[in-house]
Amino acid sequence: MEAEAAKFIGAGIAAIGMAGAAIGVGNIFGSFLSGALRNPSAAQSQFGNLIFGFAVTEALGIFSFLIALLLLFAV
Amino acid sequence: MADPNKVDPIHQFALTDIISFGEGGISFTNSALFMVLTVGVISLFLLLSTSSRSIVPSRAQALSEMLYEFVANMVRDSAGKEGMKFFPFVFSLFMFVLVANLFGMIPFFFTVTSHIIVTFALAILVFLTVIIYGIWRNGFKFLKLFVPAGVPVYVLPIVVPIEIVSFLSRPISLSVRLFANILAGHITLKVFAGFIVTLGSLGFLGWLGALLPLTMTVAITALEFLVAALQAYVFAVLTSMYINDAIHPSH
Repeated sequence: MEAEAAKFIGAGIAAIGMAGAAIGVGNIFGSFLSGALRNPSAAQSQFGNLIFGFAVTEALGIFSFLIALLLLFAV
Repeated sequence: MADPNKVDPIHQFALTDIISFGEGGISFTNSALFMVLTVGVISLFLLLSTSSRSIVPSRAQALSEMLYEFVANMVRDSAGKEGMKFFPFVFSLFMFVLVANLFGMIPFFFTVTSHIIVTFALAILVFLTVIIYGIWRNGFKFLKLFVPAGVPVYVLPIVVPIEIVSFLSRPISLSVRLFANILAGHITLKVFAGFIVTLGSLGFLGWLGALLPLTMTVAITALEFLVAALQAYVFAVLTSMYINDAIHPSH
């Protein structure tokens, strides 16, 4: 297999890793929503934690996107 | 990869020399220019907007005060009163990352934080600050960071190496998070913009179809503005939490 073809296949496989991050991000917002519906007055105070948790979880999905981009454009 | 008929999303990240200082390779690049611009704009804005120090603030002064209070509350919540010693450090990091990311959204401006070496330098700065201050203030009690409370003794040989590895991975995750978010966003923008042109070359139906990537490009630009601010916030929050680990080393 030539290197070019292997790069494209590798990029495609790396993109599958974002599935985990997608589940994680959905988890974060889902938990926030179910918590906020039980205790609406405390929801606004946890908004900072929500945004922080979202960013840290999404970072892992971006790491796998980064591998795909590196394979496509930088190797 | 610089075929003029293909989309080339990497060329926007190339460094170009503006003033070169001889054959050694050190030069004043476009990255350096935009870093100077970032720091200059931040300093000018903060200094000029607060120079009148009116009790009823003008819009610019209110914005400066809001940014100050936002970061101050964040540092105080994460690191406590003693952590406020590091407030200038965290504020500088926050403003630099925020304005550098936002400058990257302006057309034809270079995005400073899209290079791993820049974000790695910032992350190593945070990491070394945490280690040096932690050891200087706590002595060898700093190593309590790696021994979580309430763990039975026989499990320690497994838990402590894991804790050490996760501590050492902090600068990597901090730098790669910011770098990958900004890089991926800008590449995505360039690729979708390329789709518009590619579809447009197919005649009238192509221009109609090109509305789809145009909508996506607009949506992703909005997302990139959000990501710029969000990544600055996350960098600053994580820095405050790591500084809290240096001041109170225990889990």
